[in-house]
Amino acid sequence: MLEMLEPVINWITSTYIVWTLLKILVIVVPLITVVAFYTYFERKVIGSMQVRVGPNRVGPLGLIQPFADVFKLLLKEIILPTNANRFLFIIAPIISLAPAFAAWAVVPFNDFLVLADVDAGLIYVLALTSLGVYGVIIAGWASNSKYAFLGAMRAAAQTVSYEIAMGFALVGVLILAGSLNLREIVLAQQGGIFDWYWLPLFPLFVIYMISGLAETNRAPFDMAEGESEIVAGFHVEYSGSTFAVFFLAEYANMILISGLSAILFAGGWLSPFEGWPVLGDTWLAEGSIVWFLAKTVVFMFMFLWYRATWPRYRYDQIMRLGWKVLIPITLVWVMLAALMTVLGIVVKGS
Amino acid sequence: MIVQELIFYAFSLVMIFAAVAVITVRNPVYAVLFLVLAFFSAAGIWMLLEAEFLAIILIVVYVGAVMVLFLFVVMMLDINLVPLKEGFIRYLPVAVLVALAMAAELLMVLWSKGRFGAEMFPVPMPNPADYSNTRELGELLYTNYLLPFEIAGVVLLVAILAAVALTLRTRPGVRKQNPAEQVRARREESVRLVKMKPEKPNGA
Repeated sequence: MLEMLEPVINWITSTYIVWTLLKILVIVVPLITVVAFYTYFERKVIGSMQVRVGPNRVGPLGLIQPFADVFKLLLKEIILPTNANRFLFIIAPIISLAPAFAAWAVVPFNDFLVLADVDAGLIYVLALTSLGVYGVIIAGWASNSKYAFLGAMRAAAQTVSYEIAMGFALVGVLILAGSLNLREIVLAQQGGIFDWYWLPLFPLFVIYMISGLAETNRAPFDMAEGESEIVAGFHVEYSGSTFAVFFLAEYANMILISGLSAILFAGGWLSPFEGWPVLGDTWLAEGSIVWFLAKTVVFMFMFLWYRATWPRYRYDQIMRLGWKVLIPITLVWVMLAALMTVLGIVVKGS
Repeated sequence: MIVQELIFYAFSLVMIFAAVAVITVRNPVYAVLFLVLAFFSAAGIWMLLEAEFLAIILIVVYVGAVMVLFLFVVMMLDINLVPLKEGFIRYLPVAVLVALAMAAELLMVLWSKGRFGAEMFPVPMPNPADYSNTRELGELLYTNYLLPFEIAGVVLLVAILAAVALTLRTRPGVRKQNPAEQVRARREESVRLVKMKPEKPNGA
């Protein structure tokens, strides 16, 4: 009986796996392309903020620049420092890249476009964003270099500290939405731009953005790199494709945090003009993937804007900000969020 | 079902391997990384048990925070393994005795009739699709087990305060910055713009 069924079972599982792999490709390939153009976007945006042109030589408007960079990096030699730990040195960039991509599994692009509609999506995302630091720490240790090691130490302390504030910001969202499922969190924000959670949870929204910067080690929290003091921090010994993978991970993480900000605080795929009688039922008033992508791009732009605006924080000030400012605010606001739910000030899905 | 069993055995094998490696590898950094691998496999097995909240919290708390601090400390230490191995033979008999006692206790519980074993428990049924492990846990924690939960919280608070109290030293004569003062500083207090006419250098 079982022998007869076996080919059938195999067929079902194999097609299921093939389908899932295809879906993963549909998410990952555009993501990598977006990462490539995000680097171009960054150089253009920061260029224009500093009254420069930015890349304009390779291709029209410099649009082929990211590919030129990729090929340059891939063709360069990977140099192993003396006494470096070979295995960990090579695997560290991969460890930092994998969680940045894996987290996209639970991200809902619209009401039905999601790879895995998991009930514990929110903590899954929190878990994966907290894993990225392993790549940085292992890279710093395996490089057998003082600068890299200092960068790794800083990254470890910073990530652990800001994870707490980030976790509490997520708790606020969780209390208002009453669900850990990212799709349900978006659906709970229905009703136009003033029903999204950025308004009732404004301090948590700001803190989420700040901790997102700190988790991705971006300016003004790029202590792990700190070019002016520890040269390039954890990736000082990396070159060629291993360096490219670190680069990819950093940008993929930024896109992930932008997408999550859009989902948790800015209504995901919902339209900001929902229920406006003027617009009727045109696409402007309806939720779609366009809105999700547009919001994500806005948050991605803000990452670059911060980098062009603020100087790097000093190490002790980062710690003070995280522990003494952000965490107390989140603690108070989580209680307020609970009150808002109990008193019916914020009702989900209305 | 077959797929699930395969997944279970894969995770179990990896977990046992990692757990053995934690105590056998020479490099302490490798030991910590193997412990991380063991936690991951445990989380995978909990996933199979439909305890997704516990599984992910295991990763958030232990892998995401505790093990990062472990690595932090282990990397800073320059551990010389030779003195640690000293007296290995001397303490071996005691260690074997303790290990045997623990193994015997475990086996006594496992083999005792009428308490454990597959025949003592009904075959677990998969939960319905709308079952939420997180909600279930929350409801139990905040209703049936409210007081133990609160006590656990208080114990943790005491531990935090004790850790702070133990490590707090007031060192006299250390100059500190007052961030509030720094934030309050205004441009007008420290910068003075002086308007003056351009001057020619002497002799020009």
